[in-house]
Amino acid sequence: METPTDSTRAGTGEAIELRLPRNRVSPRAKAYWLTRALAGWIVLVAAELVWFFVGDDGNTRLHLIGLMVTAVLAAAHLLIMPRWRYAVHRWEITPDAVYTRFGWIDQEWRIAPISRIQTVDSERGALQRLFRLADLTVTTASSAGPLKIHGLDVEVAQRAADELTGNAVASEGDAT
Amino acid sequence: MSTQPEAAAIPVEEVAESEQWRRLSPRMLVVHPLQELIRAAPALLAVLVAGATSGRGPWWSLGGVGLLVVLGVLRWFTTTYRITPRQVQVRKGLVRRQVLTVPTDRVRTVDVDAQALHRILGLAKVTVGTGRSDKGHEGIKLDSLSRDAAERLRDELLHRRGRPVAEEVPGAAPAPVDPEVVLAALEPRWIKFGPFTLSGLVTVGIVGAFISRLLSETNIEPDRFGPLKFVIHQLSSAPLAQAIAEVVVVLIVVVVVASTAGYVLAFWNFRLTRHTGGTLHVSRGAINTRSTTIEERRLHGAEISEPLLLRSARGARVLAITTGLRVGRGAERGGTLLLPPTPRAESERVARAVLANPDAVDIDLVPHGARARQRRYNRALGLGAILAALAFVLWALDVIGLGIAVATLVLLPIGLLLAADRYRSLGHAVAKSPGGTVLVGRQGSLVRRRVMISREGIIGWNVRQSFFQRRAGLATLIATTAAGHQHYEILDVELGEALRVADSVLPGLVTPFLARPES
Repeated sequence: METPTDSTRAGTGEAIELRLPRNRVSPRAKAYWLTRALAGWIVLVAAELVWFFVGDDGNTRLHLIGLMVTAVLAAAHLLIMPRWRYAVHRWEITPDAVYTRFGWIDQEWRIAPISRIQTVDSERGALQRLFRLADLTVTTASSAGPLKIHGLDVEVAQRAADELTGNAVASEGDAT
Repeated sequence: MSTQPEAAAIPVEEVAESEQWRRLSPRMLVVHPLQELIRAAPALLAVLVAGATSGRGPWWSLGGVGLLVVLGVLRWFTTTYRITPRQVQVRKGLVRRQVLTVPTDRVRTVDVDAQALHRILGLAKVTVGTGRSDKGHEGIKLDSLSRDAAERLRDELLHRRGRPVAEEVPGAAPAPVDPEVVLAALEPRWIKFGPFTLSGLVTVGIVGAFISRLLSETNIEPDRFGPLKFVIHQLSSAPLAQAIAEVVVVLIVVVVVASTAGYVLAFWNFRLTRHTGGTLHVSRGAINTRSTTIEERRLHGAEISEPLLLRSARGARVLAITTGLRVGRGAERGGTLLLPPTPRAESERVARAVLANPDAVDIDLVPHGARARQRRYNRALGLGAILAALAFVLWALDVIGLGIAVATLVLLPIGLLLAADRYRSLGHAVAKSPGGTVLVGRQGSLVRRRVMISREGIIGWNVRQSFFQRRAGLATLIATTAAGHQHYEILDVELGEALRVADSVLPGLVTPFLARPES
């Protein structure tokens, strides 16, 4: 191809990947994710039990199969999800950029330049307070790219937020 | 009801005429009641024709109309706006007084549109788009100003800023009287693309809905009308296949005629011009007119979009990727439309004219390779197979007939065609020249889009990998931006290539995070 493009290097097939962001989130995030997921499953199981006892369709076997399937799925989810997610969730703040990775089955990396940061929010839900955790959300002028770091230790989140708001001077404009 | 302290704290004499609070046009007092009356026509007809019939529905509708009319009138009394050198301010609201303030250097686009009624009365509605006019931030809307006031407002907001720069050059030649260059104007041969837009389907739908509402509010049985009765009788006595064929043919003819008429009405007098003040100006419309002004410095790219039907006729349209304009629905795409359906060559010419780097339109795209192709087939065939399997299960359970189940098998060859075409569309490139760096990505079959965004418009990157993408070593590279859809993606590209593209478009941003795989 004779076009003046850098992506012609693609032909070399040189393998590159993204290195991991330096920091993990707080280990307590595993317990938090576990609790949150557990609450969801309990609601579902409770609903199934109510249906089982109150409903009068008399098809006991189907109900039991449903409950068993739910229990197996819940156990697998609760065993695997928090660890997997903890292994995936990472973050890093350099003088030039904020860099995160999150997800578990589907994974996503996000990179935003410090110079384009518009807001830095740190928030704590009721359940997160219990685990002394906080979410840090960094937004840019694009509504598609907020960088959320879930499950940070409260103090770490506070320090990161202070650091970012101190550095974030939109020197290049915000691309709007 | 709190009253706003009047701005007249400053003596009026000292405020420049352009900085005083201005009102909407008083003619708007006529427009709103009339608009509401037209909208309520079915209910009105019901009351007039059927008199005090059984239902109270029409009366409720009328009460609602009355209320809306009163609210419209109140709006005129409570809405004022002014433009100072640094800000646009709008005060509105009766009970809850609101003051919207937008710094003038945040104004990105000005949209002036006039519906039929507005035009008769010489009025126009103005929407001011800012850098934050994405979902939930609508920008400033002024409904309605007189046509002159609207045009003046647009010039004040977008063209005024260009002037001081020009005036700094002493002895420079005065600007020409008509400082605009026509980039494109409607040509009669474009109208043949009308039938390929299917906009007529919407029209037919709206007319159908109107008629059915009229019928239900007036309680008239459709078969009481002579001609309708004849048609219904004719159809019910004909063989089924013939009746279906007749209905389909009539529908196609109606949709084609309505689409063509729709095209002509929407794009009559279409002109895309470039002003020396640094703006692009799109104006169009036969009955409802609309003119959109986009600050060119904020135009971060363009999209050549080819819906399948239009593509089959070798047509395409061009959309602007700019901050301050939301990409809407309908034929005009919420004002982002730079060029209506036209021959593809024409679309490409216009895209070249508005892009920072015209090469982006013609550059060869890098294909995404065998694994991306495999994914297209897996997904298209997978969906078809699941639906077909479901249909056969339903047949086995006696829910649907065998015929329907067998018919779903058609999804498989359709899926194959779709997958092949979707892979053919897939590609990306980075166009670099002294004019600027532009990221190019293309995808889609039912609507094939070639998105071209300049480096200046790209804020950062998201790299997404689903479970299956990870196994195939592919990723979706998403450029985040404040313009248009807010994010534009390059689908199923090899991870290494995605990173090279990101690094090439915004040098330095991803570099510190790259590594060689430790295999």
